[in-house]
Amino acid sequence: MRPTTANLFEHIPIRVQRQLQLLLLVTIVTFSPRVMLSDETGEAHRGQQVYMQCHECHEIGNGATNGIGPHLNQLFGRVAGGIDGFHYSPSFISAGAEGLVWNVDSIAAYLEDPQSYIEGTRMNYPGLRDKEQRDELIAFLRLFSDDSDDLMVLDSYTNEPGFSLDPDVLEIEGDREYGEYLSSLCTTCHQLAGEDAGIPAIINWPERAFVAAMHAYKNKTRTNPVMQIIAERLSDEEIAALAAYFADPQD
Amino acid sequence: MKIKRRTFICAAAAAGILASPQLSASGHTRPRVVVIGGGPGGATVARYIAKDSDGAIDVTLVEPTRRYYTCFFSNLYIGGFKAIEELGHGYGALASAHGINVVHDWAVGVDRDSKTVTLAGGSELAYDKLILSPGIDFIEDSVDGWNLTAQNAMPHAYKAGSQTELLRSQIMAMPTGGVYAMVAPPNPYRCPPGPYERVSMVAHHLKLHNPTAKIIIADPKEKFSKQSLFEEGWNNHYPGMIDRIGPDFGGDIVSVDPHSMTVTIDGEVTKVDACNVIPAMRAGKIVHTAGVADGNWAPVNAVDMSSKMDPDVHILGDASLQGDMPKSAFSANSQAKVCANAVRGALIGSRVFPARYANTCWSLIETNDGVKVGATYEATDEKIARVDGFISSTGESADLRKATYEESEGWYAGIIADMFN
Repeated sequence: MRPTTANLFEHIPIRVQRQLQLLLLVTIVTFSPRVMLSDETGEAHRGQQVYMQCHECHEIGNGATNGIGPHLNQLFGRVAGGIDGFHYSPSFISAGAEGLVWNVDSIAAYLEDPQSYIEGTRMNYPGLRDKEQRDELIAFLRLFSDDSDDLMVLDSYTNEPGFSLDPDVLEIEGDREYGEYLSSLCTTCHQLAGEDAGIPAIINWPERAFVAAMHAYKNKTRTNPVMQIIAERLSDEEIAALAAYFADPQD
Repeated sequence: MKIKRRTFICAAAAAGILASPQLSASGHTRPRVVVIGGGPGGATVARYIAKDSDGAIDVTLVEPTRRYYTCFFSNLYIGGFKAIEELGHGYGALASAHGINVVHDWAVGVDRDSKTVTLAGGSELAYDKLILSPGIDFIEDSVDGWNLTAQNAMPHAYKAGSQTELLRSQIMAMPTGGVYAMVAPPNPYRCPPGPYERVSMVAHHLKLHNPTAKIIIADPKEKFSKQSLFEEGWNNHYPGMIDRIGPDFGGDIVSVDPHSMTVTIDGEVTKVDACNVIPAMRAGKIVHTAGVADGNWAPVNAVDMSSKMDPDVHILGDASLQGDMPKSAFSANSQAKVCANAVRGALIGSRVFPARYANTCWSLIETNDGVKVGATYEATDEKIARVDGFISSTGESADLRKATYEESEGWYAGIIADMFN
């Protein structure tokens, strides 16, 4: 079972918990989500590889907590230095106070050369000069921010001729237990352990990305015929149920 | 009301619903499920019932072999793409991770009145629900001249393991320019594209090591699964090597002589160097012993895979007569999950959801030339009925075929995890 801080430390005093969390950080970040992304170009998927440079210090995905660096969920739209309880550098705090909000442009500029974008940042990273890799990393990070209207996965479908997704469909609350039953249709091929040799991993996806991907199969925007016939039989509620289950199958 | 699983366990334990392992040895307070057969149907259903009931159901799995060699992908071993070790899987995690009582023995008797199963070792197992997933047996004398005593000279290699290894060694030992013959089975049989994928894999081996050798298929069927895809592939990859003789040319009038190593097709005798006889099939014997078969197979209700003759017996996979699904590992695995959900619901009152079935069969024609066929199914009053499906097209790009093969490898890893982890 994937350790989350919540269930691991329930019965341990807070002070000891914090020390344990630090010790276990390395273990936990290795469980950062393996997301096979639903972008047709594979940009965000390649970004996951780029992200390997970041994951020693930054957690992302379900259950991510602050480590050496702050967690990167809901990064887009976040005020710089904006996570309560994380010990930021003074320069980050003042950047936030001056109105720096993370978006595609500011993240790109910061990633390219952290020290010159925010002088005095504690992030010990020389910068990502390669624009292509930077775009890929940003595409990956963007999946974990919940402003679904501009989620790149949705963009890549809604821009397709013939594909549209009712925003209400994204908001359906899935019946997780039904999703667990339906998931058995998927686990003949997709491994719950998140292995992705030949068949993509589908665990720990943001729910809306999962829903968008399934609907893209259902209306045949995406081409894999196995997935098309599976998705075709699923109602909006059933897709939401699957998304709810796969978002955190270990829960 | 939504009850979380852990909450349920606590409540159940407090109410004394859950017996400890020590208690259950003496007084059976938990409902008991006995599963016979540890393949894609049996291993999956045992695992899902045990996993999802969190100890509330006592699950026993009866399977004679300690190590299960998958028939699916065994053709890839014959072609040299997989090692035999990669096809073998043990039952350890089913016992250790899910608490399934794994019994390595043969089930030889079923008493449906007293609800007990007798094992070859003499033990008796009581059940509340019995699930039979024994796979196939061969129909004696369905190929003139062949019976089980001939299976060393002319292997079927249609139950994976020693037979598969034997067939591969015989193919490897063929003399230069020798002849491999296959006697293909009549419908219905396990894995519809299987014989033709096997021919492809034999051809792959011969092309590399014995390129003047020939392959003859005696086939009682007019047409077969993925026919246009296989024939296109054979023409492209193995031109002139494969000769399939269908019923229009006497492919259904076949006899074999294991002593002289000859195959006679419509009166014409051919000396062969390796001969793969795949006889006609029927449900594994225990289904007949239990009295739930009608003819060769065991009819089931599409909604939950329960026997049409006994609501407390379910039959999964190849042995069942269910309607439109092919006899495949994927189908058995899919049926197992519907059955597990229904059995849990009946025994401990968990939520029962509508039946959903799916199947996909991948085949390899040559290195990185994979094809697939698949469909979804629904339960009707009459049968499991096909809803929609797809099949690879002829003339697909090499990239797509390679991706299809890689997908099949992912599926193999996936279904193995779904059966044994």
